[in-house]
Amino acid sequence: MISWVGGADAPRRWLHPLAWWAWAGGLAIAASRTTNPLLLALIVCCCTLVVHARRSDAPWSASFALFVRLGMFVLVIRVLGQVAFGANIGVTPFIWLPSAHLPSWLAGVRLGGPVTAESVLFAVYAGLQLATILICIGAANSLASPSRLLKVVPAALYQVGVAVVVALTFAPQLAVDVDRVRTTRRLRGRATTGVRAFAGAVVPVLEGSLERSVTLAAAMDSRGYGRRGQRTRAQQMRSGVGLLIGIAAICVGLYAFVSAGAPALLGLPLLFGGCAVALISMWSAARSSIRSTYRRDRWGWSETATACSGLIAAAGMSGAAWLQDPNLHTSVDPIAWPTLPLNLCLCVVVSVAPAVLTPRPPRSMPEPPIRAVATRELIAR
Amino acid sequence: MIKFDNVTITYPDMHAPVLERVTLELPEGELVLVVGRTGSGKSTLLSAINGLVPHFTGGTLTGSVTVDGRDTSVNPPRELADLVGVVMQDPMSGFVTETVEDELAYGMECLGLAPDVMRRRVEETLDLLGLAELRGRALRTLSGGQRQRVAIGAVLTSHPKVLVLDEPTSALDPGAAEEVLAALQRLVHDLGITVVMAEHRLERVVQYADRIVVVPGGGAPVIAGAPNDIMVQAPIAPPVVQLGRLAGWSPLPLSVRDARRAAGPLRDLLLGSAAPVRSAVVLGQLLAEVSDLTITYGTHVALEHVNLQVHRGEVITLMGRNGAGKSTLMSSLVGLRSPLGGRVQIQGRDPARLPAGQLLKSVGLVPQDPADLLEAATVAEECRAGDKDAHAEAGTTRALLALLAPEINDSTHPRDLSEGQRLVLALAIVLAARPPLLLLDEPTRGLDYPTKTRLVAILADLAAAGHAVVLATHDVELAAEVATRVVVLADGQIVADGSTAHVLSASPMFAPQVAKVLAPQQWLTVAEVAIALHEQAG
Repeated sequence: MISWVGGADAPRRWLHPLAWWAWAGGLAIAASRTTNPLLLALIVCCCTLVVHARRSDAPWSASFALFVRLGMFVLVIRVLGQVAFGANIGVTPFIWLPSAHLPSWLAGVRLGGPVTAESVLFAVYAGLQLATILICIGAANSLASPSRLLKVVPAALYQVGVAVVVALTFAPQLAVDVDRVRTTRRLRGRATTGVRAFAGAVVPVLEGSLERSVTLAAAMDSRGYGRRGQRTRAQQMRSGVGLLIGIAAICVGLYAFVSAGAPALLGLPLLFGGCAVALISMWSAARSSIRSTYRRDRWGWSETATACSGLIAAAGMSGAAWLQDPNLHTSVDPIAWPTLPLNLCLCVVVSVAPAVLTPRPPRSMPEPPIRAVATRELIAR
Repeated sequence: MIKFDNVTITYPDMHAPVLERVTLELPEGELVLVVGRTGSGKSTLLSAINGLVPHFTGGTLTGSVTVDGRDTSVNPPRELADLVGVVMQDPMSGFVTETVEDELAYGMECLGLAPDVMRRRVEETLDLLGLAELRGRALRTLSGGQRQRVAIGAVLTSHPKVLVLDEPTSALDPGAAEEVLAALQRLVHDLGITVVMAEHRLERVVQYADRIVVVPGGGAPVIAGAPNDIMVQAPIAPPVVQLGRLAGWSPLPLSVRDARRAAGPLRDLLLGSAAPVRSAVVLGQLLAEVSDLTITYGTHVALEHVNLQVHRGEVITLMGRNGAGKSTLMSSLVGLRSPLGGRVQIQGRDPARLPAGQLLKSVGLVPQDPADLLEAATVAEECRAGDKDAHAEAGTTRALLALLAPEINDSTHPRDLSEGQRLVLALAIVLAARPPLLLLDEPTRGLDYPTKTRLVAILADLAAAGHAVVLATHDVELAAEVATRVVVLADGQIVADGSTAHVLSASPMFAPQVAKVLAPQQWLTVAEVAIALHEQAG
């Protein structure tokens, strides 16, 4: 029998973090190409499935739920904004809000009044698209270990990376702190709910996290973090500034390339020039940096399959967009049922492949033996 | 290896220097123990070795500190990372990565070692400290002793010549402390590393030290010398040394083994007198009752079918490994954990259902970190808040505090108090509501001997006044001094419950030093022996 890499008894290992980001990035690009609610829902389903199959038991893995909630929040805000101020499309009345009379210098802005079903539906689709992109990012966040990602970032970005990783590890600690402060408030006989309790908890929690960061900084300093080695301060500055200029050029170039209004001739040279500057400064930083990396993650065929499955979704949807496939955008005026064409559907569904084609992540600790007493009593309840 | 030459360290907001004109020379390959009261400048001395003082903390340092010929004034801590390894008091707060293996490699990555060298050193260190089984584990899932060993391993991989540790065993149970100390001894003996550590628990470490540095604080000069010489007149000494002084043994024994060899005549002398039986003479009214209590966190069983009764006048010590369920039992007694089965009753009522104001009047808990309970900007404000919370007469808390620790100043910020003073302040706040049941979770972490002695007196007074006290601790000497009853928890179950003498002297792990020296007789403290000898003589 052929051993299967994703099997329950197959050896566990971390997948290369860049593979997860490539996969999630592909899905996010796919989502950005469509407002068809069925396709978007399909993308969310794929993300959720893979996250549930392959996330680890580390605290950062729980961030997926947070991103889902954030997505829902964005969707609601988008719809509420449309209902309250957005310009109306179509004529089908949906609700009639009390309207305010605005002064003449605000003539272009609507506040309340009639709201059409078409415009609400339009907002729902747009909000759903944003939420889907957020959920894709959340999936990458909970699948790829931040500290492993840090190992593959270029030396020039290492300092920024450390700050992000430290912030990420502090977030779960913050929840622990809040719990502790609430506990001690109860021990002193004070209220644990309400505005005053919240205000009383803020200072100790902030104090605690500040103290922890100072301790961590001292520990990192004593262990050699930020050793300059052979590099002079001027060299350090040069590569940093070069990288910033490069990234700025890439951003402007990308914008000019993508947006219809700007001349394409401006976009491409800026894009390439920016890439070149950024690469050179990264290379110079890497050459003079003394840091080395312990056991870099290897890129195997599971990684290739994962990255490809995401990129196929991106390529398929982008291709359809280029061919101006009508199924990508569901008509809101007139209101029409969304369609689910088989070809686009397949493009998206390919992205669940990592759920079976990748190895499971290692456990943070060996499985505890389940004791008879606990199970019995849990069942009794 | 380490040279302090006329070093004076002053912090910017203080008028007197923390350390004044310290001249010390610590040779290579020694285990150096730094002792002194809390706040005497021990930590400052340790931090000066790798340049954290003054590069990181600020302040001024005059004179010079050199390590292996490198002056710390021109080398910041990061440039000394290949020479000096520092392990902080709470190892978890110094961890940078997520897993054991990555943590071991982190320091080497910063130094820029080649990948094959790193791999080899990680494997060597895993074996040296017995961590091989834990290599892939997440750091947050490790026990206290394991964390401490990982923290030591994480600095060892850089092959430092000096290892500096700040209270490496203070938060550990006796077993885990042994583990860590055995690892340290191996480093000194096999690798010739110079180890400098501060520790309050002298009874655990003094026998391993090659040299003791006393930091008396308050401007008095720092003394260094051989353990035997220092211990003869040191104001703070572990029980085995005190016993040796009492019996007039020479040379003074530092370990239980040496003391047992000298103790033959003393044992014979004591045969005539019976060791005092210590238990609450008259059991007061039943205060708290835990019956058939089971508490789980997810699939982890924290407590399993636990039964416990607490009466007025008792001082009960809860002992057991880290993670045995001591803290869970404490928090269930104040109603912070909801049981899966069984029930907890304080004076016939469920503490979880009591409103916060009434809870305070029936049971008070001093948490593991007393600073958790404090939040005001000055001691005086804290005391006023305490009166208000307890609905006590104005000035009650302040009066209690004056009784417990007269030296504490009204205008001090609670964070500037020493560990022991903070504990006493938290205790005063809790006592202001006069709860009949008082709980203390690990009260002796980081406490020096004088503060501990005062705590023992306070607890004995409270018990005599009809309070019941339950304290969770790893400190067997404290248990021996104060407890009327000892309860040992293991893996969420009560495995022993009985009188102090009976439980403590029966266990090899929890026996206090005096009991080990005088076994099979059941003496627990030096004071008991002194009284018996006095009676015989009189």
